[in-house]
Amino acid sequence: MNTYQTPATTQGASNTPSAQQQAQPRSRYSDAALTPPVDVIEDSGGITLYADLPGVSRDKLQLNVEADTLTIEAESALPSPEGLQSSHTEVGLARFRRVFTLSKELDTEQVSAEFAQGVLRLRIPKAQHAQPRRVEVKVG
Amino acid sequence: MYRSLFPRDMFAELDRLQRDMQQAFDLSPTIRGIGRNGFPAINVGGTPQSIEVFAFAPGVEPAKLEVNLERGLLTIAGERKSDLPKPEDKAAVHINERFEGSFRRVLTLPDDADPDAVDAKYRDGVLHISIQRRASAQPRRIAVQ
Repeated sequence: MNTYQTPATTQGASNTPSAQQQAQPRSRYSDAALTPPVDVIEDSGGITLYADLPGVSRDKLQLNVEADTLTIEAESALPSPEGLQSSHTEVGLARFRRVFTLSKELDTEQVSAEFAQGVLRLRIPKAQHAQPRRVEVKVG
Repeated sequence: MYRSLFPRDMFAELDRLQRDMQQAFDLSPTIRGIGRNGFPAINVGGTPQSIEVFAFAPGVEPAKLEVNLERGLLTIAGERKSDLPKPEDKAAVHINERFEGSFRRVLTLPDDADPDAVDAKYRDGVLHISIQRRASAQPRRIAVQ
């Protein structure tokens, strides 16, 4: 699931809004994104990350690992019947974004991802040399 | 959903400020209100024919979701199992922000909601409940003889 991008595209949301965007009020939120809640669990073999991304279909989920930066980006698409008028909104944006810095001992080539019912499960194993080893004590 | 770690946490203060602001500007304060920051988060909207409720409940088994409509009250309840390791797994939890356990949220529906015409779908972690409005309450054009 690794796709490699240049830093310019993965860090896009932190750019200041351009004059063109300010002219169009609708695109004011185009860069804004919700921070999905996550659980991060580490065991001796690696790190497991769970992220809540409700309303996101598999093809709208983007995972990027670039150097030591992991970026989760997703867009949710809700069915909206014609003439729908919101009366109460708790989830006001349809975009999710979260960036993590990975540490050196993690093997970014071996990242595996599962995505079901709006929950992403990422497994990042530790590199072979960083795995815990049991040192045998010789008796002699 | 939000758990404060420190009594004078800046984020908790901001959260409280935001809540106060919302309360001050809330145009329809019903006795049951609509609690914010609960799980699942809920969006409500309406069309002339129906009331649409979206509950953002990712990772819940559809069999554990319970949707009830009784006397104008819509209840969404269920349980989300924990993905956290058990103590014997010897794993460290570095970030724990996701909701776990059982949940229940109740919404007051408008008077014209038809309890017999409710449709609930669970897809991609979003529960979409569509409640038809009663035909008698829909705007009608009256022909002049």
